[in-house]
Amino acid sequence: MKSLTLPLLLAGLLLASAAHATDAEHIRTSHAWIRVLPGALPAGAYVTLENDGDQPVALRGASSTVYTEVMLHRSSREGGMSRMSMVDALEVPAHGKAELAPAGYHLMLMQAKAPVKPGDTVTLTLQFGDGSTLATDFIARPANAMDAGDKHTMPAMDHGAMPHGH
Amino acid sequence: MKPRHWLRPALLLLLLAAGVLLGGCDRGKPLPFRLTNISGHMPDLDFKLTDDNGKAVTGADYRGKVALLYFGYTHCPDVCPLTLAQLHVVMQRLGPLADGARILFVSVDPARDTPAIMHAYVNAFDKRAVGLVGDARSVEALSKRYRSAFTREPGTADGSYEVSHSSAIYVFDRDGRARVLATPSASQDDLVHDLHLLLDTGATP
Repeated sequence: MKSLTLPLLLAGLLLASAAHATDAEHIRTSHAWIRVLPGALPAGAYVTLENDGDQPVALRGASSTVYTEVMLHRSSREGGMSRMSMVDALEVPAHGKAELAPAGYHLMLMQAKAPVKPGDTVTLTLQFGDGSTLATDFIARPANAMDAGDKHTMPAMDHGAMPHGH
Repeated sequence: MKPRHWLRPALLLLLLAAGVLLGGCDRGKPLPFRLTNISGHMPDLDFKLTDDNGKAVTGADYRGKVALLYFGYTHCPDVCPLTLAQLHVVMQRLGPLADGARILFVSVDPARDTPAIMHAYVNAFDKRAVGLVGDARSVEALSKRYRSAFTREPGTADGSYEVSHSSAIYVFDRDGRARVLATPSASQDDLVHDLHLLLDTGATP
């Protein structure tokens, strides 16, 4: 029995993956950047995810060879208080997009194994609900950067508002 | 004396003009702030802390400067850096006037934030930013003074923890008097506008 189950399962998986593209194959990334902070302080990573598929895709987190730990976080504001909380997933709607941007969702990067300087490129591997992954290059930006540096395409600061939760 | 007949009205006009100018700076006349005006509603800037050079400082050390007080901590990778980056943009927009202002970033995480860490941190944002640390009691006293609040969130297994903190920026004039409060939803334009009012006057209004 045992010898038969595995090949069958594998065949099934192969069929399934042939019929449906993985979550990662439906996601396009842009404006990927990291706000680099001095010393060993944790950094925030931001990226815009676009989903061209008919099904929503869940971003579950990310991993990196440069940072020991990467966590999906969300900043929020309640009653004049700022706080951060861990989140399990961020949904990228079908034919829609989700933004990881300052004062909202972000990837918290902890304990860099080697110093990351502004101008460096760091690859983070995004992980999606179906287990598929997408290696994405993030540009490291100085602490006082407002965005990825590709200004004309970042509408986030149009209102000149101070940071606030969603 | 021949010119007398016109000198008197001229003097009168001059006095009137001076009166108008002085009136503009009159203590009783409020400045047309756009942000939440807290003049007279919050205590003067006063604290005993240590700056990011390791020097003991008090609120009085910042008299003569317009002070922007903000509570945060360095292990805050998202909102604190964003706020400080935005304050940097505000300072840039003020041009040379910004030299009359200081960003006072007070750590609400005394266990982890040393003067050295704070020094590297604030200087990564703006050269007119000062990092302030103190023992838990001094920091709490300061935050209570401005009805600001912070709490430590339950820690995770690896000993790290998050701190939730008040997100407002308190602006003090050159005499250390509380003047306006910038909430996180306030616009950068309004903050620049109000800082102009406080910095342009030279002497305090």
